[in-house]
Amino acid sequence: MFSYFKRKLLSVCLVTLAAASVACAQGDLSTYLKGFEKNTTVKVLPNGLTLIVCERHEAPVFSYTTFIDAGDVNDPFGESGLAHMFEHLAFKGTTQIGTKNYAAEKIALEKVEAANDAYEAEYLKPIGRDEAKLKTLHDAFLAAQKEAEQYVIPNQFTEVAEANGAHGLNAETALDDTKYYWSMPENRLELWAWMESGRLSDVVPREFYKERDVVVEERRMRTDSDPIGRLIEQFQATAYVAHNYGRSGIGWPSEVSQITATEAMAFHKKYYVGGNIVVAVVGDVDTKTALPILEKYFSRIPAGPKPEEMTTVEPKQFAEKSVIIREQTQPFYVEGYHRPSYRDPDDAVYDAISDIMSNGRVSRLYRSLVEQQQIAAESAGISPLPGEKYPALFVFYAVPLPGHTPKEMRDAIRKEIEKLKTSDVSDAELQMYKTRARADILRSLGDNQGLANSLAEYQTRYGDWRELFLQLDKIDKVTKADIRRVAKQVFVDSNRTSAEIDTEPPAAGTKNEGGAE
Amino acid sequence: MNSRDQVSGVRFQAAHLRYAALAPLLFALLPLSAQQSKAWEQIPVPKLHEFHPQQPKRIELKNGIVIFLEEDHELPFISGEVLIPGGSRDVDSSKAGLIGIYSQAWRTSGTAKMSGDSMDDFLEAKAAHIETNGDDDSTALSWDSLKEDSDQVFSLAMDLLFHPEFIAEKLQLARQQEATGIVRRNDDEGEIAEREAAKLVYGANSPYTRQPELATIGKVTLADLNAWHDRTLKGKLIVGVIGDFDSAAMEAKVRAIFEPLPDATANPQRYDEFAGPKPGAYFIDKEDVNQSNVQIVGLGIDRHNPDVPAIVIMDEILSGGFGSRLFQKVRTQLGLAYAVGGGFNLPYDHPGSFRVEVLTKSVSTVDATKAALDEISALNSHPFTEAELKRAKDDILNSFLFRYDTRAKVLAEQERLEFYGYPANYLETYHDALEKVTLADVTAAAKKYVHPDKLAVLVVGNSSEIKPPVSDLGLGAPQTIDITIPRPQQSNTPSGGQQ
Repeated sequence: MFSYFKRKLLSVCLVTLAAASVACAQGDLSTYLKGFEKNTTVKVLPNGLTLIVCERHEAPVFSYTTFIDAGDVNDPFGESGLAHMFEHLAFKGTTQIGTKNYAAEKIALEKVEAANDAYEAEYLKPIGRDEAKLKTLHDAFLAAQKEAEQYVIPNQFTEVAEANGAHGLNAETALDDTKYYWSMPENRLELWAWMESGRLSDVVPREFYKERDVVVEERRMRTDSDPIGRLIEQFQATAYVAHNYGRSGIGWPSEVSQITATEAMAFHKKYYVGGNIVVAVVGDVDTKTALPILEKYFSRIPAGPKPEEMTTVEPKQFAEKSVIIREQTQPFYVEGYHRPSYRDPDDAVYDAISDIMSNGRVSRLYRSLVEQQQIAAESAGISPLPGEKYPALFVFYAVPLPGHTPKEMRDAIRKEIEKLKTSDVSDAELQMYKTRARADILRSLGDNQGLANSLAEYQTRYGDWRELFLQLDKIDKVTKADIRRVAKQVFVDSNRTSAEIDTEPPAAGTKNEGGAE
Repeated sequence: MNSRDQVSGVRFQAAHLRYAALAPLLFALLPLSAQQSKAWEQIPVPKLHEFHPQQPKRIELKNGIVIFLEEDHELPFISGEVLIPGGSRDVDSSKAGLIGIYSQAWRTSGTAKMSGDSMDDFLEAKAAHIETNGDDDSTALSWDSLKEDSDQVFSLAMDLLFHPEFIAEKLQLARQQEATGIVRRNDDEGEIAEREAAKLVYGANSPYTRQPELATIGKVTLADLNAWHDRTLKGKLIVGVIGDFDSAAMEAKVRAIFEPLPDATANPQRYDEFAGPKPGAYFIDKEDVNQSNVQIVGLGIDRHNPDVPAIVIMDEILSGGFGSRLFQKVRTQLGLAYAVGGGFNLPYDHPGSFRVEVLTKSVSTVDATKAALDEISALNSHPFTEAELKRAKDDILNSFLFRYDTRAKVLAEQERLEFYGYPANYLETYHDALEKVTLADVTAAAKKYVHPDKLAVLVVGNSSEIKPPVSDLGLGAPQTIDITIPRPQQSNTPSGGQQ
């Protein structure tokens, strides 16, 4: 009941949840860490790729996560949505799977690219565009695609995975990173290693332009046809002036609809290199026999160091900003404050604030807005959003009850934020945060797929998967004074962007479909 | 118990031997364009590790209550659930929404000993949970805590189970939450489409689809909540506990609570009628979207039906995953949709629906819908192939063990089978039946259960952008569905907006 809109916000931003924490009773996580150290092996291959194998013999299955330290934040200028577009390509097969004749297909694909270039050059002419010529070029582009399609065995990659028992097969592109994952019966480990290493190293821009149309459809579903999706896209774009966190993750329509296969392959070449990839396998595997197999296949991935870091740093905000959408949907309110990245020493303090403000029926926002004032159906804070790798936002939102307005949400949220600045949280609240963080870490240890995600993510973000356990030190050190200090520093007017949906009455003569009272 | 313990191990091995005879060629030695030899088929697939999922201990009390205990010592937690027969389908239509309100107010009200708010403080300080939920055929109370807190949390959960004290303030709070859901139910295109499609299949006033309205939730009283609770608690409860405990000790604790209860009353029989949709095209206009959500629906069957295995295989061929007919055609070949899928859902105790969903940009609404309808018709005209049958079986059977790869799943499955009165070895026999399905079975199932002329097509989309219009589907003029949310008299508005 608390999380419907939260899930929505997160999915709109394509954010991968910061690795779910998980663990033990009274600080006894160290016992579990020892167990995991015994069962977990990390190996860095000569090409720079990191393999993590964690044995867990509950059932004859394993799960994996391939974690690429690149996402849509890395999309070059004018190519928003590219990382996500590439993720779709990674399901199209390789030179060996998904083709009837790769040698011939390769030539045909080159012709598709040339035809697209010719079409685009004409299409983008600022003056003197020849519409007749444009049509001829477009026809040629479609013909070239058709020519290439004759070599395709559609969806063969995923079909082979599914026929071999792949379960929960999917991928996610966030702003910060891209994850590929599924689970399989343990006797398919080698088959999986062949498939996964193949698509990472040997990808073919097959059916790229058709897939581009699919992604444009996905944008319609996630963003354009969803009031909250539209609001959040505008909210992010307003909050950021320089950094790519302000850019639509799925891509601006004009850009995502003109991404080319050449651009996608260039992205792949730059970011899908050994040093930028961690692969974690968790489940019923025997490390001794599995590692050589994994090593053999994953060594195929091109060697390369991590790509250079981004230079852009979002400048300090000095003016309060707001977005108001007026339309015939129900009201909504959200506001965000810039905060540092996950590497900031205060990261756990932000988590503490988020927990105390938002976690469950004891949280301050629930008790105040939902229970006592009875003005909201749901209210919480989420941090960090839309990513965590770079300076992000601390976001608060509220869903008004019928008859209540975004302005009431704003005032009520601000009142709770103000309290954080003027008085200390209680000992009980702080202790509750620490107890829950511990228990959450423990709980997350019982699931192959969740563990594979966490191990790969912590290994990438901290250089050591053990941080999954060691983070408890930082959590335990958070003080009441820290919370007050950080709140005072971050939750200030000039650092704020707000966005709201104001419900517009239907135009005269049209039917009311659930608008304002 | 013994026969159930053997659900999986043996049976999965047979299928996996097929590559074992091939020499385990090193991938690196394969020619680069090895598509004829199918490189992946040369990779050895060893015998699957033997696996006997640990079945829960089942205890049937004299009063009819059934207890399942599943030990799991990996992590120091204990959680449990009491499943209570009776849900929203059993509520009088004038009080639609009662279950939503009940399942919230139950927990937030708390007991005479401890109010819901105090319970929140107590539980959250221990990172523990007690929750109450409602569904169409049941309600449930669940708990979860660290092992060291489990006795306290269990007692509290039992106090809430047997002695809730519903209070007006929490009833009002729950009513407001429901009201929010009601006034927002037309914001999301997908939500509208799914809801209205179900109403086309079952009828708008069916116990399975009737929706809460501001007026009906306004009529729910404290007396209703108490009466519902007292009535359903007399039913045949199912108790499941899983975690880091010793079964003998846990059995004693759970018995002590449930054994003294009087004999459980039998679950009431239901006599629902399911007519299926009136065929034709239906339309709902939504001007703030640029894609259409298309639902193609008909009446389906329930899980008892002996043809279920053949239908499940047919479904997999039609819409199961990337290799299915619908996905290949509508998404891959035509590039018309990001999402396409569906098939028969198979409820355990009443007929389900046949439903295919297509999400497509407004202008391609008619093309995408026609393509999906063609694929549905083709189930009766385009012969199924051995390759399709094999793909469907491989997909389903090779991933079958993910139905019981965790102890929590094993326990949940046994509770479900008990609740609906299915044999405990259902998964085992179901697996065997799936293996035996033949092409002739699938063809016969399609003929028997897929009736393109009995389907309704619902389009939710932006009429100003849908060109050609929905009438071009060739199903006659689309019937517009009115989804206006009824507003009761202001004096009855339970919105909390007039404070």
